[in-house]
Amino acid sequence: MAIEKGKLIDMYRTMVRIRVFEEKIAEDFAAGEIPGFVHLSAGQEANAAGMCANLRPDDIITSNHRGHGHIIAKAGNKYSLAPMVAELYGKKTGVNKGKAGSQHLSDLDIGVLVAEGIQGTALTLAGGAALAAKLKGTDQVVVGFIGDGTLNTGRFHEGMNMASAWKLPLICYCENNIWAESTNIYDVTNLTKLTDRAAAFNIPGISVDGNDVMAVYEVAAEAVARARRGEGPTFIEGKTCRRFGHFQGDAHLYRSQEEKDECMKRDPIPRFRKKLIEMKVLTDEEADKIHQEVKAEMDKAVKFTLESPFPDPEEVLTDVFAQGGKK
Amino acid sequence: MREITYLQAITEAVDEEMARDPTVFLMGEDIRQWGAPLGEFKGLFEKYGGERVRDTSISETAMIGAAAGSAAMGMRPIVHIMFSEFLAVCMSDIRNVLTKTRYMTGAKTKFPATIMSYSGAGVSAAGEHSTCPYGLMMTIPGLKIVAPATPYDAKGLIKSAIREDNPVQVLYHIKLIFDRLTGEVPEKEYTIPIGKADIKREGNDVTVVAIGLMVHRALAAANKLQEKGISVEVVDPRSLAPIDKQTIIGSVKKTGRLVIMDEEPKTESASSEIAAIVAEEAFDLLDAPIKRVCAPDTPIPFSPTLEKAWMPDEEDLIKAITEIT
Repeated sequence: MAIEKGKLIDMYRTMVRIRVFEEKIAEDFAAGEIPGFVHLSAGQEANAAGMCANLRPDDIITSNHRGHGHIIAKAGNKYSLAPMVAELYGKKTGVNKGKAGSQHLSDLDIGVLVAEGIQGTALTLAGGAALAAKLKGTDQVVVGFIGDGTLNTGRFHEGMNMASAWKLPLICYCENNIWAESTNIYDVTNLTKLTDRAAAFNIPGISVDGNDVMAVYEVAAEAVARARRGEGPTFIEGKTCRRFGHFQGDAHLYRSQEEKDECMKRDPIPRFRKKLIEMKVLTDEEADKIHQEVKAEMDKAVKFTLESPFPDPEEVLTDVFAQGGKK
Repeated sequence: MREITYLQAITEAVDEEMARDPTVFLMGEDIRQWGAPLGEFKGLFEKYGGERVRDTSISETAMIGAAAGSAAMGMRPIVHIMFSEFLAVCMSDIRNVLTKTRYMTGAKTKFPATIMSYSGAGVSAAGEHSTCPYGLMMTIPGLKIVAPATPYDAKGLIKSAIREDNPVQVLYHIKLIFDRLTGEVPEKEYTIPIGKADIKREGNDVTVVAIGLMVHRALAAANKLQEKGISVEVVDPRSLAPIDKQTIIGSVKKTGRLVIMDEEPKTESASSEIAAIVAEEAFDLLDAPIKRVCAPDTPIPFSPTLEKAWMPDEEDLIKAITEIT
């Protein structure tokens, strides 16, 4: 499949934006600037970028605790990073007014319905959004991003069974970084191929190198087309790895040095950059310029955040209920 | 005025809302063949078809997920989580997702979803099919709860629940369906606002706040006590969240005495909250200690004699009232 040049550059920029965002957040978290916890997706960028590059603005995704990358990718490169950074800092100007934080960052205005910290609900909610698309007769597609650990939840089975029985326009995108927090996925399932799970729902299950954005793009394109045609869900496993621990501050001692080194070598960004230069889509200088622009953008977002006020205490009581109703 | 059953009132409410609003749809187990096991949705599959009246797998967590996801996208799902105990199966999905997400997104989403479940004992359904989870559900911020005791209230409250822009739990009582309770329900369209109590019987000596099936037992007890010269006011909160504090406190202001009759194990039941509200906000109005007539803190037994002993009844209420009047 030939991916058009503009799309390739967009995907590259998206991946760089995710990486720069995550590395800056790691730094600021370590400096004690960010409350709570953060789960970083650095190393997994190609999954979000390749999947979301196939989606329209009116398509929907649901995300999970390791969600920053999904949101940046779904939003598109024109969406400011500033309200996202401000949300992580708990500021009033945060995209969710400081009520979500890192783990629940979402924005339905750009098609990110929720980011869920309880595993499997990202998928059951995605199923619900896909059901709405079906009932309304739109051709919207919904992607539920989950991690490998979620494959063993009841919600995964219930949600995928329902979505396949109802032929919903749903894609379950499983980022297999092989670590469910500190537990190796292959220690807690008898599967050797996670895509075998798809057979239980009689749907396609496709495994792809999740650190190769062009490969992800192609697999995702087929799944999106299938969903838009009304042929039902697809299960995609993106084989990937995380550069940080489960949460920032986790020394991930449960991983061998060999595996961590291998992950660093598999870095999807230099790999894609090399490819783009080979394909003459980008020059070295142009690629560098993207990195510089994104760094400047991130610096601006952090500056905006630091200058933003914290929410007013009265905000505790707002947003519990929607006012009004169907007349 | 015409009289219809409690069950018919439930069916009519859902039918009318589905007819007036194409975004309303229904999901649940066994709703196609049976219209749900008690027949609440009988005829709706034939009338609206399988897209809007959807049989689900036995998948309560996915059902709540489907309701939440579709509600956020502009639909108005009604999801039938059959027996109230099954709410515990999908409690995380209700408690952590459906009712929290609006707040956690900073109001970027809303969830106009209605959950309908049977509650209550009295039909020997044993310990996994008999609960009134009033108190449990009242601990969930972001959830509205209605518990209708009459056909009129059932129809009006269910219609309001479906039109509400927030998640609403409807807890209707199984025994009122089994007993074929009938009552006056106008042919003409009406709704009952959520959060508004109803004084089911006026009286001067003691206020009895009773919920669901207990409303009927309280009314029966009030009739008996009338003969003894004790005038009982029966307040039916109808909505447990938000609860109509004003009407309850207004009644206590008149009577100076409060008994709460609630078909739940006493600890952390709806009665606990109602007692706390009155103690906290209207202590000076009380001429006697607040009494609670509840079930014991045990699972619900099967055998009819055990179940009868477990459930609060007229005699229990009369005893409690007599102690403080």
